[in-house]
Amino acid sequence: MSVDLQTVKRVAHLARIAVSEEDAERMTGELNTILGFVEQLNEVDVSGVEPMTSVTPMEMKKRLDIVTDGNKASDIVANAPATEENFFLVPKVVE
Amino acid sequence: MSDLTHLTISEARARLRGKEITAAEITEAYLQAIERANPVLNAYVTVTGDKARDMAKASDAKLARGEGGALEGIPLGIKDLFGTKGVHTQACSHVLDGFEPRYESTVTANLWADGAVMLGKLNMDEFAMGSSNETSYYGPVINPWRRSRLDTVVMPTTHQGDGGFVSAGGAKTQRTLDNAQLVPGGSSGGSASAVSAFLCAGATATDTGGSIRQPAAFTGTVGIKPTYGRCSRWGIVAFASSLDQAGPIARDVRDAAILLKSMASVDPRDTTSVDRPVPDYEAAIGKPIKGMKVGIPKEYRVDGMPQDIEALWQKGIAWLKEAGAEIVDISLPHTKYALPAYYIVAPAEASSNLARYDGVRYGLRVPGKDIVDMYEKTRAAGFGREVKRRIMIGTYVLSAGYYDAYYLQAQKVRTLIKRDFENVFAAGVDVILTPATPSAAFGVADEDMASDPVKMYLNDIFTVTVNMAGLPGISVPAGLDAKGLPLGLQLIGRPFDEETLFQTAHVIEQAAGTFQPEKWW
Repeated sequence: MSVDLQTVKRVAHLARIAVSEEDAERMTGELNTILGFVEQLNEVDVSGVEPMTSVTPMEMKKRLDIVTDGNKASDIVANAPATEENFFLVPKVVE
Repeated sequence: MSDLTHLTISEARARLRGKEITAAEITEAYLQAIERANPVLNAYVTVTGDKARDMAKASDAKLARGEGGALEGIPLGIKDLFGTKGVHTQACSHVLDGFEPRYESTVTANLWADGAVMLGKLNMDEFAMGSSNETSYYGPVINPWRRSRLDTVVMPTTHQGDGGFVSAGGAKTQRTLDNAQLVPGGSSGGSASAVSAFLCAGATATDTGGSIRQPAAFTGTVGIKPTYGRCSRWGIVAFASSLDQAGPIARDVRDAAILLKSMASVDPRDTTSVDRPVPDYEAAIGKPIKGMKVGIPKEYRVDGMPQDIEALWQKGIAWLKEAGAEIVDISLPHTKYALPAYYIVAPAEASSNLARYDGVRYGLRVPGKDIVDMYEKTRAAGFGREVKRRIMIGTYVLSAGYYDAYYLQAQKVRTLIKRDFENVFAAGVDVILTPATPSAAFGVADEDMASDPVKMYLNDIFTVTVNMAGLPGISVPAGLDAKGLPLGLQLIGRPFDEETLFQTAHVIEQAAGTFQPEKWW
């Protein structure tokens, strides 16, 4: 399988990365090189093989459903580019 | 006073406990070495001098009271991927500009609890994506090792030492360093370069496809990627969560064992942290390997592998045999599929993990006409080329209609790769010996690698299988190539059997010796 310029632009938008025409053209070539490399996986007979979900056989750890942390609003927003009274500020989303 | 920066961790530990030296002295020696070397090597992206001095002072107080921890007063460098409270933590990416977490990663918290001193944050490939440390927003790291040329000079008297060899005729061959700058490998290139150039006693690193073992091999240092689940991932910037593991890079096998003992823990905050006590890895060092079964996988003999590496592998086999190990030929038939499967699984997980860098919660924000425009512009400006490439691949293979063909197929192949190892271990093999890398360190801005991303990816061909199967792997320096560059051997063990790796790596180290670059910086 290979990707064309249109697909690259669509994927870039899905990934929320702005690409120029020039970027998209360069990426098309690079992505096709990588996709060409991974193509060889199709040679492998995987019939009856379960996909890996965890490298170590272990039971999912569960914790008690209780509050163990919190009251850290100022810590959470401390690194944000724009905040107001412990809220993240973003460009207007709804008109 | 001898150069304190040249002490191994075990030597420094003994002298600190014996009150022959102080933590303040050794810390100061490292800070001075960094100040001199870093403008050239670019191993550190931030030096935390004041913090280091404060920590050293506290260590000296503890040592004076005889209350020192396992790493009391030992100065370490920390890869920029580890969250360190109030200190630069950016995974060497522009997108995390100015980020200083309000928390401490479990691994670094463990180190500080044991008394270690933080010298600063180490350079790395952006988000740990790279094999040369050239994708860092902070520029490439330089390897303290350089190629050299052998010259024959006639010696008036027979003399041995200072790196020279004496031949029968009394002529001495001496190495002349080349000026070309080499990469230290990646992604933990800053860690490897700093350890090798005596800019820290040891360093933390992380390994998703070979990022500890490949730079260790390129710099003549020891690096271990422990079993998946041995070190907590809590507070470490995530790249590919099912593959990422933290581990140390150190100057010798014993130091690596000392560091891993402190880094590893059982952590309720990481659900993949395995509930198993951390053994005393140092105790495994020096134990005989007589009767141990060492597997040699035929699939690791690849086309175009330099003769030096094949010869080194044979040497390693001979050393282990001499120490009483039983050498057996084994087959890991799915080896060649590990790298392509990795380049589906790792980018897929990365595309999901890196979705959080949106210009809202931390780091860089580039304004846009609306919120989507802001996201797209921020991510376009914040991520470097390699990171974008991997996010794009990951997004594509996970997108509607392609998931089964790529991601599901890769995860099935991953099961087969793991099964290969399980079969071999079930047949009684204790440890597997392979080369660590398919080449020695290469030049900065290598044109071949720059023009084809897959060429760069091939650096991880011998290491990536271990991540795919979640196993522990150690890279130990085993010799120099014809150009005088270090080469490493890799040992792969059963899950949670890091002790056998330290035990066996020590045998190789005893036979091969340790390697230091000639100082030019």
